Amino acid sequence: MKPVAFEYCRPETAAEAATLLAEFGFEASVLAGGMTLGPMLNMRLVRPTAVIDISRLDELGEIEVAADHVLTGATLRQADALSSAEIAREVPLLARALPHVGHFQTRNRGTLGGSVAHGDPAAEIPLALVTLDGTVQLRDARRARRVPAREFFLGALETARRPDELLVGLEWPRAAAGEHVAFAEFAERHGDFAIAAAACRLTRDSAGRIARIDLGLGGVEARPRGLTLEGPGDVEEVVAAALDGVEAMEDRSASAEYRMDLAAVLIRRVVEAAG
Amino acid sequence: MTVVEDARDEAPPWVGRPVPRKEDAALLTGRARFIDDLAPLPGLAHAAILRSPYPHAEIRAIDAARALALPGVLGVVTGAQIAEMTETVPSVVRTAPPYRPIAVDKARYVGEPVAVVVAEDRYLAEDALDLIEVDYAPLAAVTDVMAALDPAAPVLHEALDGNLAQRRDFTYGDPDAAFARADRTFRLDYTFPRSSATPMETFGLVAHFEEAPARYTVWSNFQGPFVLHPLMARALRVPGNRLRLITPPASGGSFGIKQAVFAYIVLLGAVSRKLGQPVKWIEDRLEHLIGSSAAGARAGTVEAAFTEEGRLLGLRYDNVANMGAWMRAPEPASVYRMHATAGGGYDVRDIAISNRLVLTNTVPIGLNRGYGGPQFYFALERIMEIAARGLGLDPGELRRRNFVAPDAFPYECAGGSKLDAGDYHAVLDEAKRLIDYDALCARREAARAEGRRFGIGFAVGVEPSGSNMAYVSLAQPAEERARSDQKSGAAASVIITIDPSGRATVQLCSTPNGQGHATVAAQIVADALGLEPDDVDVVTDIDTQRSPWSIASGNYSNRFAAIVTGAIQLCGERAADKVRRLAADALEAAPEDIELAGGRVRIAGVPDKGLPLARVASRAHWDASTLPDDVTPGFHETVMLSPDVLGPPSDDDRIASSVTYGFVADIVGVEIDAATGRLSVESYVSVHDVGPRMNPAIVEGQVWGGFAHGLGAAVMEELAYDEAGNFLAGSFADYLCPTATEMPELIVGHVETPSPQNPLGAKGMGDGSSMLTPAAIANAVADALDRDDVAPPFRPMTLWALANGREVRPPAPAVRDDGVPSGPDVLSGAGEVVLPRPPDAVWRMLIDAEALARLVPGCERLEETAPGRYRGEVSIGVAGIRGRYVAEIEHTSREAPTRLVLRGQARGALGHGGGGGEVRLEPVGEGETRLSYRYGARVGGKVASVGQRMLGAVTETLIGQFFRAFAAELADEAGEATSFWRRLFGRSDPS
Amino acid sequence: MSMVRVKADDRHRVSLTVNGRRRTGHAEPRMQLCDFLRHELGLPGTHVGCEHGVCGACTVLIDGRAQRSCTQFALQAEGTEITTVEGLAEGETLNRLQAAFRDHHALQCGFCTAGILMSATHFLREVPAPSEAEVRDMLSGHICRCTGYDSIVRAILSVAGEGGT
Ligand code: FES
Ligand code: FES
Repeated sequence: MKPVAFEYCRPETAAEAATLLAEFGFEASVLAGGMTLGPMLNMRLVRPTAVIDISRLDELGEIEVAADHVLTGATLRQADALSSAEIAREVPLLARALPHVGHFQTRNRGTLGGSVAHGDPAAEIPLALVTLDGTVQLRDARRARRVPAREFFLGALETARRPDELLVGLEWPRAAAGEHVAFAEFAERHGDFAIAAAACRLTRDSAGRIARIDLGLGGVEARPRGLTLEGPGDVEEVVAAALDGVEAMEDRSASAEYRMDLAAVLIRRVVEAAG
Repeated sequence: MTVVEDARDEAPPWVGRPVPRKEDAALLTGRARFIDDLAPLPGLAHAAILRSPYPHAEIRAIDAARALALPGVLGVVTGAQIAEMTETVPSVVRTAPPYRPIAVDKARYVGEPVAVVVAEDRYLAEDALDLIEVDYAPLAAVTDVMAALDPAAPVLHEALDGNLAQRRDFTYGDPDAAFARADRTFRLDYTFPRSSATPMETFGLVAHFEEAPARYTVWSNFQGPFVLHPLMARALRVPGNRLRLITPPASGGSFGIKQAVFAYIVLLGAVSRKLGQPVKWIEDRLEHLIGSSAAGARAGTVEAAFTEEGRLLGLRYDNVANMGAWMRAPEPASVYRMHATAGGGYDVRDIAISNRLVLTNTVPIGLNRGYGGPQFYFALERIMEIAARGLGLDPGELRRRNFVAPDAFPYECAGGSKLDAGDYHAVLDEAKRLIDYDALCARREAARAEGRRFGIGFAVGVEPSGSNMAYVSLAQPAEERARSDQKSGAAASVIITIDPSGRATVQLCSTPNGQGHATVAAQIVADALGLEPDDVDVVTDIDTQRSPWSIASGNYSNRFAAIVTGAIQLCGERAADKVRRLAADALEAAPEDIELAGGRVRIAGVPDKGLPLARVASRAHWDASTLPDDVTPGFHETVMLSPDVLGPPSDDDRIASSVTYGFVADIVGVEIDAATGRLSVESYVSVHDVGPRMNPAIVEGQVWGGFAHGLGAAVMEELAYDEAGNFLAGSFADYLCPTATEMPELIVGHVETPSPQNPLGAKGMGDGSSMLTPAAIANAVADALDRDDVAPPFRPMTLWALANGREVRPPAPAVRDDGVPSGPDVLSGAGEVVLPRPPDAVWRMLIDAEALARLVPGCERLEETAPGRYRGEVSIGVAGIRGRYVAEIEHTSREAPTRLVLRGQARGALGHGGGGGEVRLEPVGEGETRLSYRYGARVGGKVASVGQRMLGAVTETLIGQFFRAFAAELADEAGEATSFWRRLFGRSDPS
Repeated sequence: MSMVRVKADDRHRVSLTVNGRRRTGHAEPRMQLCDFLRHELGLPGTHVGCEHGVCGACTVLIDGRAQRSCTQFALQAEGTEITTVEGLAEGETLNRLQAAFRDHHALQCGFCTAGILMSATHFLREVPAPSEAEVRDMLSGHICRCTGYDSIVRAILSVAGEGGT
């Protein structure tokens, strides 16, 4: 169980990394934490000509608090995000999602950007980003662009990132006063990818009714679903709206019917928990 | 000094204390040496094994030219070449085709070896695997044991008529009469899944062949039984003394499964000979899961006959055992392990057993923790629970009424097992006490009153230990047994050496894999010689050229405590005797008066007259010519013993199949969340009678470990195949093992009744919890859900379905009439798009090879080979998981321009698949078309075995990509048409 | 420093600190870090149980953090400081964590143990007085097939809150 032979490139800057991507395109794999790419390389599911190691690009490892969002660099490690006071304060939903991401040992190496770039339909970090209606920053050798997270994930392991683009950062909208967040998932074992997951950020009106809710559903469809509802009223309306048109995936551990049931349970749970 | 020694004299024996393990210091500091840490020879080359991606396929040709041309590759050896150099390995089932460790003309399960590459390193060897081209002709496959018995099922071995390798029926007492006179009878049809103990260290070996005379030396983590040694030697065509097996000092777990390393000893031994090159092979985890061995799946029926008062009168078992693709020795031992104890711990004389051994397109089964026990107890303990409910009795009470009575030991079972000692009532009572059974029942009532699903399950049973080498031969009819040499017993061997400096070393042939044999051996010998365990060294690695091994050597069936400790004890006494005789001579006393304590020998009652043991014992080396007459020179005491109780089988198929029988009683309370299917084990108690515990901490560890294996098998582990034979559990993300967060609390209790079979009273242990936990949890699940059709593993979806009255596995036919597969494990989907062109335009594009070549993502070539038949090459990928596939597609029905049905198949390095689809076109709106499609496909090979979770979603994504491209192309066409219209008519809209 | 580019079949020199010693070795780009430690630097105490990042057997400390070594490559370790199980003992004496594992019978075959010791070492530095649930959460990144984990949990808890390891 050994990888194919590949050229190893360790650029010093994001610009250099983008240049390498322009050179190799499809044939390159970008290595950040390697928590997903590593196994896929070892299993020879991925057979790149070159591996571009961005794990040491310090310029991509920062947390920056901007006016309306927090920017996390692509190679910010999950463990560092989890222990960050800024993240806990400004992006509490991410702070709630992170303990569900893999394990202590994998969070020590795994990155936020790597998880988003991989686009696993059940991954927690993409789900949090989609829920909050955040943004993905990309760049190629010539220019940068920003893609709303809700448009970034196209399907299972398929994103809007072009092969010559590097994911450089994630923009997380900052928490506002009076809003509550919650995250819940159902996995067979602790730390596994979820069979279904739900996340929300909501504000209630003075009567205690849900005034506005950002809701995310993960693991159910080929990509995480995010939606924003204004004045949905009660939980069941949220559930109905969130599951409208959803066609759940099937695999050995969950039928579509079961996933839909779980999704409803989890949506209720997060909405109530964020109460 | 004297004071300290006196203090030591007062100390209790070492046996019975939870002393720290001798093994640990090396393991904790990274100094222990495992098979992959050894480089016993210079010039080792590394092997990698090409394995069949198909469950069943003819191998028409193997082309290794490109692999051989790769620099660093030293050779490629195919199955046909191995077949020329080796003999097959027979089992006791003479009707089953004998086993080969590599496929020759035909592969019969996913993961079966097909060729071996040897290269300068493992990385290069794997590169070469990618370059070998095998021409497979896939065949239909069958994995389900009942389906394999269907006369229409695909047949694995042409030499057999069907897939039934053997059927044997046994009758003990008069079961028909028992059922006829019963007040009540109960019956359960059940299935039990395939699982695997997955030790953390995989298989590994270094094989080395030398000539003149032909001789093999193999270093490996094979763990016995060494009854396989003569079979290996025969397969390699050398006499037994020319197959030297050596084990490394440490082994990273086995739980029985490393028995199957023997297959690779033959395979890589032959490869080493063919290439004239020492070869190292370390199995990787994917190989281990897909192709090593397994605990067998079973289906069957169990029936029990009772009086109204709950007296068990008779049992009937109809066992249908899934042996995998081959009857691999020592199978069918797993089916016969519990045979002679088929009443469990119950006093029941009238038993009928039917065993059907069935071959399927799955990995051959073999030793695995519990070995036949989990399957057996699932049947017996489920039917006891069902009977208790039917009779309106408490399940514990029903069991108590039928236990072998405490004064009935030794008790000879209907099948011939001799239960040595026990007090089963006391064990069950202790379990009820520890779990506070009344409170647990009250809790169940309270939970049920709230509508929650809470259940309680029992499972009790004997734990056979120390197997009779002859029990497997029950698979042969008595007449057939009579034709071969008689077998019996189970020899254990120990050598105690005292070296010239007076230090003791114990040599064992029990090949431990983490069970602390060295520690326990040191405790026993320390007691015998009056030393401390730290003073005694223990060697546990075997070298068949030097160790005192026999066919029963090895680590299986809990034989260490049941048999080996007896040999150690006896050997320790002999060594002590010799020391006493030497001391008697030196101290001028009678040997009976000599005491060994505190590292010294002395005359009883005269504590200050003594000598260091080292000095006395070493005299046997230094002063050999003046030794007393009854003392031999040197100091190597050897004991070989075989328990007398293990006699040969009788003509009426009765046998004392094990030496000792521990007893285990488990009670569990579970709650199931109907909304999610989550099972939570609320409390679990397991009480064991293993006789006096020689090292209680080690016993505790074995109970916990067995429990973890049993729990895993009950709730999450399954070596799953789909109905077509594709393997679905190829990684640790697909084959789920419990981690620390999944383990419930376990209350462990003990009752000790000493065994007369062993000088220390010890009974074997280690398997017990793994045997009973699945049954106990199944009983609790059945109780919680109030239904009996429950089959492990109890994964959340299964429980959710059971709790909500849904289908657990939709029993849809694998292929519907229209050629679009559906059913379990089929990737299926449906969708529709509205396209901006009328149906006939859409239709044209749909059957146009050139257009499709542009639109199919990654299509590199597509040609129409005949009308409606296409052949192409596509490079499909998501997330860099790119593979090149050769695809063949056929239109099976064309109804222009409304309906197209197609089927196809594709294969490539990452996997293969086949399926079908239907496309319907329907005009909508103004010159537009609604295209609706549905598809179903089965995928096999690597992507299926390690990518189960994602396959459906990825397929959906790829198909989505295709239709987006399709729609875009049509839009372009429409766009061109628009401008054409505009140019022609000056109108902006073609309508 | 400038960009490092190593051709697929080049054996590149890797310098790093392992268990407090400066070490160098050679590796092709695709060589896994665990293979490099075991077979190139001769430190076989780090074990390999799955090579796909799940079992935790290969866990080592890289710059103080517990990480899988099977999903990283030797070349990535250039200039890092790595601690393996061989670097835990204090001279010839087991350190407190190792001794606690022995005293609690927290190992049987010992194949998973090295990785667990490394994880626990880092974990206890971060969470010096963990709850049992926190210890189990940390352990969920490891598979042990022998012990059922209970003894491991107790061993780790026994050294927690007592000045670490
Ligand atoms: S070997 Fe690295 S996690 Fe299993
Ligand atoms: S001690 Fe054997 S796997 Fe943990």
